[in-house]
Amino acid sequence: MTPALELRGIDKSFGPVQVLHDVAFSAYAGEVTALVGDNGAGKSTLVKCVGGIHPIDSGEYFFDGRPVRIGSPRDAAELGIEIVYQDLALCDNLDIVQNMFLGREHRRGIVLDEDTMEAMAAKTLESLSVRTVKSIRQLVASLSGGQRQTVAIAKAVLWNSKVVILDEPTAALGVAQTAQVLELVRRLADQGLAVVLISHNMNDVFAVSDRIATLYLGRMAAQVKTSDVTHAQVVELITSGRSGDLGLTNGATV
Amino acid sequence: MTATISPKRVSEAPSIRSNVRGYAERVRGGDMGALPAVFGLVVLCTIFAILRPSFLTAGNFANLFTQGAAVTVIAMGLVFVLLLGEIDLSAGFASGVCAAVLAILLSSQGLPWYVAVGAAILTGVVIGTGIGSIVAKLGIPSFVVTLAAFLAFQGLVLLLVKGGTIIAIRDETILAIANKNLPPALGWILLAVGVAGYAGLQLLRARKRAARELTADPVSLIAVRVGALALLGGLAVYFLNIERSRNAAVVSLAGVPLVVPIIVVLLLVLTFVLRRTAYGRHLYAVGGNVEAARRAGINVDRMKISAFVICSSMAAIGGVIAASRASSVDPNTGGSNVLLYAVGAAVIGGTSLFGGKGRVLDAILGGAVVAVIENGMGLMGYSSGVKFIVTGSVLLLAAVVDALSRKRAAATGLR
Ligand SMILES: Nc1ncnc2c1ncn2[C@@H]1O[C@H](COP(=O)(O)OP(=O)(O)O)[C@@H](O)[C@H]1O
Ligand SMILES: [Mg+2]
Repeated sequence: MTPALELRGIDKSFGPVQVLHDVAFSAYAGEVTALVGDNGAGKSTLVKCVGGIHPIDSGEYFFDGRPVRIGSPRDAAELGIEIVYQDLALCDNLDIVQNMFLGREHRRGIVLDEDTMEAMAAKTLESLSVRTVKSIRQLVASLSGGQRQTVAIAKAVLWNSKVVILDEPTAALGVAQTAQVLELVRRLADQGLAVVLISHNMNDVFAVSDRIATLYLGRMAAQVKTSDVTHAQVVELITSGRSGDLGLTNGATV
Repeated sequence: MTATISPKRVSEAPSIRSNVRGYAERVRGGDMGALPAVFGLVVLCTIFAILRPSFLTAGNFANLFTQGAAVTVIAMGLVFVLLLGEIDLSAGFASGVCAAVLAILLSSQGLPWYVAVGAAILTGVVIGTGIGSIVAKLGIPSFVVTLAAFLAFQGLVLLLVKGGTIIAIRDETILAIANKNLPPALGWILLAVGVAGYAGLQLLRARKRAARELTADPVSLIAVRVGALALLGGLAVYFLNIERSRNAAVVSLAGVPLVVPIIVVLLLVLTFVLRRTAYGRHLYAVGGNVEAARRAGINVDRMKISAFVICSSMAAIGGVIAASRASSVDPNTGGSNVLLYAVGAAVIGGTSLFGGKGRVLDAILGGAVVAVIENGMGLMGYSSGVKFIVTGSVLLLAAVVDALSRKRAAATGLR
């Protein structure tokens, strides 16, 4: 199977600090790929490279098997790659619809087509069976953490996207809201999207993921099927970069 | 989480009551909007009307408009810069520079008025492009850049008017802007067209939304809005159409001052840009969360530059109005209190100094507050010193309201 998204040999430095070393990573349609690693391992940086926020120093980027160049967030969005960032990046002073369409507003002539956007936003939220808010014209400032996460995810799937990447979507959520978001993540994959989930919580990872990729100090320690590994092995990979014959010493990134 | 309602099934159809409740909720949540300005306006007008009956005369009412017009127009432009969380301290003297350009082209070059006005606005565009580019590309705080420009433009005005001479303006058209009135009948006609147009647009919008099963405003609510507009507009036109001349047989002085339709047109155009175009939406986004805007593919630098261009262009129009009202341009045109009054007008009206919140209409409401203070205290015989102190205090009060409502919004926002 061709991965929807594939990276090979990605290097990324900020000034003198090299954050990513020769990273390979794949995500497949219809699957949830968990991206794990300790704080500072480079997960967010890798995601930002995928999303065109940071240019990569070197390496190859394939989308649906084709080599592509990503120079800006627009390029990534045009391919159908959507990222829900750790800090969500929603505008508190705009409402839900305005946030979902930010930068890609529908218009008729030069006039915003509010009605179409509102209808589409409502439809998307409904298709995700999102249990949500009083009004989609509510300001994002007035939403709870889980609701904000939901809006950010709905924004990402509004665009017939093919790859959706979620950077620690449950980190700030309570138990019930986490369950809801994970359910939503699984549903996205079941709808045929390639989903990448960054998480620190092993229970979450094992609950929803099909594959697990482990970053260790900016290197890809291993990318394995979730069914092939145990909790303990993944924790070992995260903390030491290796576990048995998995990991960095033999360089195998399955 | 709050209610578990799917977005399609709307909790309740909007009614007048639900709108009032929604408004009350927003105010309690810290979003005061134009409330302080409207409240201040009512209080100030009541006080001045009681203390100085001459405040309420038709002549003085008309005076308020021409007095406040230039500052209000500059404030309307400042809203765009303030929306981004930036400031333009040079807007006052930028209006002076543009007015000087206008005066020179009219008097010494003898060019027609439209060429001179075009050149003045072009000067504003150039100024805005310069300031905006420095702020956006070099990342210097706009406070510093425009403070430098403030001083430089003050010098530029001095140089342009040759070290303190006064350039008189004799062009009939330019003089008419701040000194002539609409024929009384035309005032009524324009009001009727405006109210009918507003009602038509609102009804059309409601019909379209209802057809798509989106929540639409009920006719009763639209009727209230249209009625309020017609009532306020009607009262204003009625008072402005009263004969103000002491000697009407010699020269009649009645009708809506020309600056009023000019400001209304600017209000409509700028409000359309802010509320109905993607550009306006992106301005709010940049002001609300720069990083989110950048990730949404919005060119933040270009937004910044364009906001300064709009601000300086509006300052140019303000300068033209000021020149018309004074019938001349001198080294102090756009100087002394103009900038602070303009910033005050925007902030008093409810535009946030923190960015992301504000409307062009706010600048007009705030401009009215500033004009009433200036006018009323003048009638009471207070000196400029007292007027400055009072206006300064009102500006500070508005900034305090802004900061407190922001705090309150952060506290009640359920995050
Ligand atoms: N813009 C940046 N400039 C410099 N260093 C950065 C930048 N972004 C991330 N880093 C560094 O890169 C490393 C990886 O960070 P990050 O990708 O955020 O890790 P993770 O998301 O896995 O916790 C950290 O050491 C961090 O300090
Ligand atoms: Mg991170």
